[in-house]
Amino acid sequence: MTTTTATTDDDVLRGLHARLLADAQREGLLDVAYRVVPSPVGDLLIAAGESGVLRVAFAVQDHDAALAELAARVSPRVLEGGRRLDPVLRELDEYFAGTRREFDVPVDLRLLTGFRREVVEALPRVPYGATASYAAVAALTGRPAAVRAVGTACARNPVPLLLPCHRVVRSDGSAGRYAGGEAAKAALLRLEGAAALSPRGGRQA
Amino acid sequence: MDRPFEQVVRAHGATVLRVCRALLGAHDADDAWSDTFLAALRAWPSLPPDVNVEAWLVTVARRKALDELRRRARHALPVDPADGALGRPLVAALTAPGDRDLDLWDALGALPDKQRRAVVLHHIGGLPYADVADVVGGSDAAARRAGADGVAALRRTYARAAVDGKTGGRP
Repeated sequence: MTTTTATTDDDVLRGLHARLLADAQREGLLDVAYRVVPSPVGDLLIAAGESGVLRVAFAVQDHDAALAELAARVSPRVLEGGRRLDPVLRELDEYFAGTRREFDVPVDLRLLTGFRREVVEALPRVPYGATASYAAVAALTGRPAAVRAVGTACARNPVPLLLPCHRVVRSDGSAGRYAGGEAAKAALLRLEGAAALSPRGGRQA
Repeated sequence: MDRPFEQVVRAHGATVLRVCRALLGAHDADDAWSDTFLAALRAWPSLPPDVNVEAWLVTVARRKALDELRRRARHALPVDPADGALGRPLVAALTAPGDRDLDLWDALGALPDKQRRAVVLHHIGGLPYADVADVVGGSDAAARRAGADGVAALRRTYARAAVDGKTGGRP
């Protein structure tokens, strides 16, 4: 009896939460919507504002910390769920299935400023299936000496996967560090290499 | 406040639902809950960080419930008798660690209508008697008297159960 009642109340609260999301969206109060979804590189937290995807965080980056940063730096009007995330989640599914090479959803880079922002904005110029050294990316941004700063910017990339910092590797060819962990970086490069060699399409680079 | 609002919904959603149900019954509780959390979401960024969030939410919920009760009073609708003495949702809504809390609810349900409403609104809903009077009609003093009479009646009907309970196992 008690268990049944509790389950019913949980259902009611779930329904009320969904209604709150819809009301907040309609009233322009859903400043940050997020979801946590499984992926081949572990659970991903995806957060988006009205104007684009704000954050993609790996589990090793601590999702609670990522949400706290969004609340402090974007808006504390943060709720889980909502239709807003459907497009980016669909594109991520396609990416992990090997059928998508570039992301079309808008990103919102307000968590980054200055040179770091320039660096992550330049990342899509390293094409799918290819890699570039930190030094090469530094040259892409017009500051060839800023190799270390490029490394820092990649580490702070708020939207990994969507802006492909995993394609930036060390000059000796080894993968180097990654916000999602070195294993995730290797898996992503393997995925892109395999997909690029599949019959679906030739290497772009 | 600069904490994610999602945490607030998770931590306090059930409590606010209990308050709304106690004041309004199950049917209108959902609307009051939604109004409460939408208003809270709107105000959240400007809320001072030292505020007791649950107390603040309960206050907002009471205000929303009171709006609804006043609206009903204007339209001369009863305070949801279906959810009162007989309505199971209200029983479920009260924190019920054991059967004796259900007895309390049955005892509440057995009170005369005005006493029951005064007790629920004041003691469970936390409304001051001036607000209770707005809802049930009559003067502040009459509302206060109905509340006091209700509690006295509960003491009488509940006294034996309390004695039984003590011999039944409380240390």
